[in-house]
Amino acid sequence: MALTPADVSRIAHLARLDLEPAESAAMLGQLNGFFRIVEQMSAVDTSGVEPLYTPLAAVHASELRLRDDRVTEGDERAANQASAPAVEDGLFLVPKVIE
Amino acid sequence: MTALHHEGVAALGRALASRQVSSVEVVSHLLGRIEAHRALGTFLHLDAGRALEVARSIDERRARGESLAPLAGVPIAHKDIFVTKGAPSTAGSKMLAGYESPFDATVVSRLAQAGCVSLGKLNCDEFAMGSSNENSAFGPVRNPWDTGRVPGGSSGGSAAAVAARLLPAATGTDTGGSIRQPASFSGITGIKPTYGVCSRWGMVAFASSLDQAGPLARSAEDCALLLSAMSGFDERDATSAQRPPQDFDAQMRARRTGASASKPLAGLRIGLPREFFPAALAADVGATVRAALAAFEGLGATLVDVSLPRTELSIPVYYIIAPAEASSNLGRFDGVRYGHRAAKYVDLLDMYKKSRAEGFGPEVKRRIMIGTYVLSHGYYDAYYLQAQKLRRMIADDFRQCFTQCDVIAGPVAPTVAWKLGAQDDDPVAAYLADIFTLPASLAGLPGMSVPAGFGEGGMPVGLQLIGNYFAEGELLRAAHAFQQATDFHARVPEGFQ
Amino acid sequence: MSALVRGYEVVIGLETHAQLSTASKIFSGASTAFGAAPNTQACAVDLALPGTLPVMNRGAVERAIQFGLAVGAKIAPLSIFARKNYFYPDLPKGYQISQYEIPVVQGGTVDIAVGEHRKTVRLTRAHLEEDAGKSLHEEVHGMTGIDLNRAGTPLLEIVSEPDMRSSAEAVAYARELHKTVVWLGICDGNMQEGSFRCDANVSVRKPGAPFGTRREIKNLNSFKFLQQAIDFEVQWQIDRLEDGLPIEQATVLFNPDSGETRAMRSKEDAHDYRYFPDPDLPPLVIAPEWVERARREMPELPGAMAARFERDDGLSAYDASMMTQSLAFARYYETARDGSKQPKLVANWLMGELSKRLNTQGRDLGDSPVAPTTLAALIARVADGTVSNSGARQVFDALWSGEGTDVDGLIAAKGLKQLNDTGAMEKIVDEVIAANAKSVEEYRAGKGKAFNALVGQVMKASKGQANPAQASELLKKKLGAP
Repeated sequence: MALTPADVSRIAHLARLDLEPAESAAMLGQLNGFFRIVEQMSAVDTSGVEPLYTPLAAVHASELRLRDDRVTEGDERAANQASAPAVEDGLFLVPKVIE
Repeated sequence: MTALHHEGVAALGRALASRQVSSVEVVSHLLGRIEAHRALGTFLHLDAGRALEVARSIDERRARGESLAPLAGVPIAHKDIFVTKGAPSTAGSKMLAGYESPFDATVVSRLAQAGCVSLGKLNCDEFAMGSSNENSAFGPVRNPWDTGRVPGGSSGGSAAAVAARLLPAATGTDTGGSIRQPASFSGITGIKPTYGVCSRWGMVAFASSLDQAGPLARSAEDCALLLSAMSGFDERDATSAQRPPQDFDAQMRARRTGASASKPLAGLRIGLPREFFPAALAADVGATVRAALAAFEGLGATLVDVSLPRTELSIPVYYIIAPAEASSNLGRFDGVRYGHRAAKYVDLLDMYKKSRAEGFGPEVKRRIMIGTYVLSHGYYDAYYLQAQKLRRMIADDFRQCFTQCDVIAGPVAPTVAWKLGAQDDDPVAAYLADIFTLPASLAGLPGMSVPAGFGEGGMPVGLQLIGNYFAEGELLRAAHAFQQATDFHARVPEGFQ
Repeated sequence: MSALVRGYEVVIGLETHAQLSTASKIFSGASTAFGAAPNTQACAVDLALPGTLPVMNRGAVERAIQFGLAVGAKIAPLSIFARKNYFYPDLPKGYQISQYEIPVVQGGTVDIAVGEHRKTVRLTRAHLEEDAGKSLHEEVHGMTGIDLNRAGTPLLEIVSEPDMRSSAEAVAYARELHKTVVWLGICDGNMQEGSFRCDANVSVRKPGAPFGTRREIKNLNSFKFLQQAIDFEVQWQIDRLEDGLPIEQATVLFNPDSGETRAMRSKEDAHDYRYFPDPDLPPLVIAPEWVERARREMPELPGAMAARFERDDGLSAYDASMMTQSLAFARYYETARDGSKQPKLVANWLMGELSKRLNTQGRDLGDSPVAPTTLAALIARVADGTVSNSGARQVFDALWSGEGTDVDGLIAAKGLKQLNDTGAMEKIVDEVIAANAKSVEEYRAGKGKAFNALVGQVMKASKGQANPAQASELLKKKLGAP
């Protein structure tokens, strides 16, 4: 199945990417080229196979490590906001959000 | 002793410990070389002032007779995918130009604790996405063996700097081959440990289930010393392997049972997956790798024929999983809390779209698009889930192989380093060149690139060694034995003597 | 009780977000305390700075397990954290870490009552996730300000089946959930601060018809708003259907000022969340031993406690349920009961005098000026006849207004001790009979009123300290039947 220009603009919107028309056109060709490589994958029968989401699960049953409920971080606002594009009174500023 | 820049990590460590040379001398010497070879494009940020300061304090402590770690005073530099406090961290992206991290990556702080002196941050493909270092927003890196060619990627700055003797060693990261392939292209030694051996805290994430840090250096011996210092359990990374600190140098030197001085690898079974030697493999690479394997036989190893039947499938599997994770990992770059924000926009949505469109380069956008698509409604099962199931089958194939052999060997890449710009017209075709490094990445296994000789145009060819889970010691021992018997790793590119 | 509204059946399901009462955030070591200066409690992980990673808070898991046990749900031995991807300024990572395919709490039920009508609401699931930050719209000149202190606060999202058939049932369900999480101590229940918020999925249908299209009312942070919002939404949906217009699935907001709901303009494409298992977080494994430990550490639940009050204290079902309306109430009851050995009287005082005063002054039991031990002492004095009920009320007034805390002292000081000495009483009664020959005449002539007058005289003569029952008894004995 080949992607359409409509697919590309839908995905670009989902990904919050503003693509120039030329960019979108090139992207369409490249994505379709890519999905041709992918097709061989769909042919394989994987019924009954457990997905391997994290590699060490292939060695031993991997289990989430938990931390104790303790406050370990203090106020680092100044350092954390050093690279912020727009801040005022400690708030990050963005264009008006309409709910 | 020979010129300082020819000394590796181990040799420098010894020279510094015996006070034959001071850290300040070594650092100043290398800073001069880095300046002289700016044209290679290896450094994104040079931290001369702080480096000399740190070197001086280490020299003083040594002068006071303090006992210091074996790496104390040894200069290194970090791939700019690691965040560092007090020096910009860009991940090779315009999105993070000038970004200041309030903390150091665990790998960075551990090497600092071990006494390594960081000279700065090294160029890399944007967000570690690429295999030529041409995807850096701050310009390409050139291969010291032929400045018209790429050094490989994504750790291209690290590989080129070490190959050009600007540094004895550097850090890198490997998601689908980003340590092994540039090491191969640049004629140096690099190791990607088992997933979970090095903490990912402070590594700008590309694909979380694949990313692993590792060293690039001249020799297996140097890699072992650095890996021991940079690895280990970290409570800040929930995927960090919980095991005691490892002495990889000791593991490398541990004698195999039945080994002798002339046959150090006696009893070692090296598996050669037939899928790693396809017809399409460039003749020069094939010949060089086979010659190296013959040398391994000479050292007592036996070669076994094995199979990794899904080697070719690892390309689509990897290029589904890695972009999917990347599309989510890069969602945080929205121009709100840090990073690039477009100058002009009409509203919030427009600010997101323009900031990301301006901040990300073409390859990153391509992978975000692929990843967003394969995770989107109605496609998840066909792509992402199917890929993760195949990933399990690929891991099982390796498990099968390791019942017949101790390590797996083959080429790192199908060709030697290509010319700059060679792949501009078909970026997706470049994915195919990752075929030999992707399987171990998907399985989370340790992999190494060892200089094995030279091919077309006198360009270096690397031999890939893949070990079982947590068998870094076995890999390093095999590579070390080979490097005791050969000098490919010690060759210096023309003009960088 | 699915009373039809204009011939339509209302169908409601609730998604409730309860902030878990941990000290630190679900994936970072930053504090969860409410009300700090903007972004002073948002650490590098909460801000999603490059290179940061999540590490799960054990305290949040423990609280989820206790909730699951309290509602009789299955605690999943293995559950998965997934990423819910969408862009929003108060969502720093561009995704929310939540649970999707395999949640930690599965199933369970909540019993509710509306008046006499009782029913059981089924739970679908409850899963752990992180809260988002806050967008401050009325801030700084035309821009929106983002405060991420709340980002990463642990949430338990509790999802019900569409089992409720009226706004009253929805409120009863929400109140019961609220009572449960506060009782367990896993959530402070503060709705003004957003610690407990509800999203209501509302649809209407003709009886017997398949479910109608639902609209989701977001972020209702009071029971009153929950009721108002649902009632408005139901009328709005019925109006549309009556006008022959379709209902489109939508996320809507409730405006407390206008009492109306309206569809949100943002998050339009957010319905393609691209969920996938979070590669930073391996599966959450909960061993049976952990579940048992959590069970042992849980307080006795209201149902069991009420049953115990009926069985051991002989309370009525109604009284027992009133005594378990909150953990604080139950603890107060038990202390006062143990101090007085008078369960029924204690229940009456708690539901009567104490509740009356607390309500009129809008205080809660926590800051009652009368300690349960003090109330117990007073009730003991009523029980042994030392003080009359009316006298006890005067003492209680004094205790409440802080005149003192020594019950016997106050009874004495106010001269409220009843005269129970028969000899003294007989003397007074004889004097009264002698001094009121006229009334005695009338009583003997059969005038009931006259008898009351005589009792009044006795009380007067005893300065109110006589026990009225005892007084009339003596009078009858001495005067004989009329």
